[in-house]
Amino acid sequence: MNEEDIVLFGPPKKIKEIRFALLSPEEIRRMSVTTVVYADTYDDEGYPIMGGLMDPKLGVIDPGLKCRTCGLKFGECQGHFGNIELSRPVIHVGYAKEVYDVLKATCKDCSRLLLPEDRIFQYKEKLREEGVRGSIRENIISDILNEAAKKKGVLKDNKCPHCGSEQLKIKFEKPTSYKEGDKKLTASDIRERFENITDDDAYLVGWNPETARPEWCILTVLPVAPVTVRPSITLESGIRSEDDLTHKLVDIIRINQRLRENLDAGAPQLIVEDLWELLQYHVTTYFDNEVSGVPPARHRSGRVLKTLTQRLKGKEGRFRNNLSGKRVDFSARTVISPDPNISINEVGVPEFVAMELTLPERATIRNIERLRSLVRKGAFTYPGANYIIRPDGKRKRVTDITSDILAEELEMGYVVERHLQDGDIVLFNRQPSLHRLSIMAHEVRVMPYKTFRLNLCVCPPYNADFDGDEMNLHVPQTEESQAEARILMRVQEQIISPRFGEPVIGGSQDYLSGAYLLTKKGRMFDKNQLAQMLYVSEIDCETPEPAEIVDGVPYWTGKQIFSLLLPNDLNIEYKSKVCQKCDRCSIDDNKECKFDAYVVIENGVLKSGIIDGATFKARSTCKLLDKLVKDYGTDAGRKFLDSVTKLILWSNCIIGFSTGIDDEDIPKEGLNLIEKVLKDGKDKVNKLIDLYREGYLEPLPGRSVEETLESRIMQTLAESRDKAGSIAERYMGMDREAVVMARTGAKGNMLDLTQMSASLGQMSVRGNRLHRGYFKRSLSSFGEDDVSAEARGFVSSSYKKGLNPKEFFFHAMGGREGLVDTAVRTAQSGYMQRRLMNALQDMSVRYDGTVRTNDDIIVQFKYGEDGIDPAKSTYGKAVDIDWIIHKVLKSGKGA
Amino acid sequence: MSKIDITKHELVPQHIVLSPEEEILFLEKYNITRNNLPLIKSSDPIIKAIEERDNISLKGKIIKIIRYNSPAGEGVYYRYVID
Repeated sequence: MNEEDIVLFGPPKKIKEIRFALLSPEEIRRMSVTTVVYADTYDDEGYPIMGGLMDPKLGVIDPGLKCRTCGLKFGECQGHFGNIELSRPVIHVGYAKEVYDVLKATCKDCSRLLLPEDRIFQYKEKLREEGVRGSIRENIISDILNEAAKKKGVLKDNKCPHCGSEQLKIKFEKPTSYKEGDKKLTASDIRERFENITDDDAYLVGWNPETARPEWCILTVLPVAPVTVRPSITLESGIRSEDDLTHKLVDIIRINQRLRENLDAGAPQLIVEDLWELLQYHVTTYFDNEVSGVPPARHRSGRVLKTLTQRLKGKEGRFRNNLSGKRVDFSARTVISPDPNISINEVGVPEFVAMELTLPERATIRNIERLRSLVRKGAFTYPGANYIIRPDGKRKRVTDITSDILAEELEMGYVVERHLQDGDIVLFNRQPSLHRLSIMAHEVRVMPYKTFRLNLCVCPPYNADFDGDEMNLHVPQTEESQAEARILMRVQEQIISPRFGEPVIGGSQDYLSGAYLLTKKGRMFDKNQLAQMLYVSEIDCETPEPAEIVDGVPYWTGKQIFSLLLPNDLNIEYKSKVCQKCDRCSIDDNKECKFDAYVVIENGVLKSGIIDGATFKARSTCKLLDKLVKDYGTDAGRKFLDSVTKLILWSNCIIGFSTGIDDEDIPKEGLNLIEKVLKDGKDKVNKLIDLYREGYLEPLPGRSVEETLESRIMQTLAESRDKAGSIAERYMGMDREAVVMARTGAKGNMLDLTQMSASLGQMSVRGNRLHRGYFKRSLSSFGEDDVSAEARGFVSSSYKKGLNPKEFFFHAMGGREGLVDTAVRTAQSGYMQRRLMNALQDMSVRYDGTVRTNDDIIVQFKYGEDGIDPAKSTYGKAVDIDWIIHKVLKSGKGA
Repeated sequence: MSKIDITKHELVPQHIVLSPEEEILFLEKYNITRNNLPLIKSSDPIIKAIEERDNISLKGKIIKIIRYNSPAGEGVYYRYVID
């Protein structure tokens, strides 16, 4: 709200409550400015007809004219309602079901609620005491309706307990007619009955008689929407084209008129009824043109009319399209591409985008000269300005011609809408926004070319890649919103996920394999290389003591260089990802790990261990990054990530990294061994089958013999595949790059590698071996009921060896299931997510630690039952006791 | 078949009926009325079992429920008995 509005309308007010009610006929007449009697819009001269549907009292739709009711101009006057007096009452389709409920629950003669006095009294008491919570009230009211409609059989003889008259069965014929016994009930009959319902009875069937009487569901007077709601448009040819609602209203007035004339002339009952029904049809379709059982009203061209309900409903309706989904200014969208050289906090914004997006800045004594020079530059040279706004609110476009004049005019109190500049805060978003991390605040970095640039470490929270992904950018316009974005939404504040308390922002792929290569034992760099690495990773420090001097040339280890990124007082120990998980860990025996997989950092120096996925991989338990962010703050975390990625990038350039198909090579004897293992497995399966055929197979508890055979076979084959895999793994050491990638967590895993080198193993669909396709067999080349390994989709070849045609087909079957599953899963989980969000969106954690809904009903007495914020916890616990004990023991040893 | 006392079943969390004094303290602690509480129907098996065991009507009472299988170790909930 700007100052001007505050003067005009007073200070903003708080909405205490919203109440929904029905319009009573009196109210409709009261708010009506004119009764519409003519079905015409404009006369021959093109002037609107008084008393017609385009009556000038109903509002203005032509620029330049003034409203005949309020005197305001086009755009200022929001329009005024008119009314149509209906010759006969009609039912409002939207309330047809409610009408039916009330009809069933009340007496046909005396209109009392069809319950004995004592029951009425009981329910009244119940409603009074429980009247607080909506859901309970609704339950009671539906109980009353059911009981009164004799569903529960309280009334013995179907007679009204008040006047004793016999009640007939009432049938609802959708959409708008009711039958009592065999007789059709007219809207007038129903209205008469409803008028006689007492206020107390109305209250018991769920109506608040002060705001909504049941008889108001039956319309005797119809409000006519203001012309501003249904503007007519003038085509280029000069022909006026009316809105769908106007067309519908024309129909209503025509029929209404005809009905009135016939009534006045005393026309036969039959004709009157026909016209009445027609009026009902038109009024029904005026409200909703998609009622089932009613043919939709059409335009002359045959197009179905879009009436009131259609305007609101669905994806293109007012709610989802115009209210929940508004188009916004100060936003941009383009393709994204990676830039490892910018900070994780930054986003690269193309210059031409920065010239279009602006930020208002108020001229003060401190910035006026800077702003003046921006205005002088104009709107078309980069750091410039697009508009200046005078203190009286008048905005002026900066052009090449006006730039100098406007720069001179600029004074304190003016606002300059200047181009986006480096360091401005913007919101960056990628759909689907499933997360709060799908929108984060970045600092602008203006760059050439046409794509948004982002650091690779922030890809995981957005789930972004660069195969053509586009992202959106929004510029917060006020100082408050900018401050909020900076403090709450900045990327560095989101490193730890609120979901599991582990980093979602961190290294991936090359950064992890690169870290391994950098910190591997024996990695040495000379002074030139050291200087380059320190320069690119922006480490400002004294040259450390060289680790080794060979022939008078000093060398530094990778571990030494990595240590420069760490705070001086950091102490941490953990197993890295390359840990082989030996049966007996040599660290426990106080010996050095032979794989160098035990990381020890003492006072910020990497003493031993390899840096890899366990240190800073995104979306995983990464000890070091986690510790840095939680103990040293988000700023330290950001700096570490910014530096370590650049450092590794450079070391990767020095060391080099490449993988090839020979990474999956296995020597002849290994292949023979694998083949033998697989053959043994198949033999075992055949033996099992023989055993089964002979009837000697012992069934497992709770399984049939067939099921037992199946599970034994699967077990046997899985074992032999695993054995084959582990044979292959024996030959694959860390000298192979593919293995480095798998072991460090950069890409792939050992299973993938053994599938390439040893054997693919069992293909499956829905967790079972492949058995469908042909009659009693998976492929026509097998015999019926052949349950051997080959016939049921066991692939003993490896990707490297190549699959035979049958194996290839089986593999495709398994692969197809995977694809279908992902497609189905995303659709289902997306829908579930939406439902959950709608159900939970209004809940909040209060200061007393409880989780409550917006009407203060408690959902959890302590948030998460332990009151812990996962993002601030250590692996789900409030305090990391192990770590504290570790630290205490350590310091005790030192002292 | 003999009737099983479900209040003693290991999968049924502990249900404790609050005394009137405890109720006042509890409502004061959270600054709420009964209507801010989650509900439990008096037709709920556990409520029926307690009513039968203690031979009282629980309608309108507040039940304290202690779950031990909560991810946080022990989860305490309160419910208001309605019919």
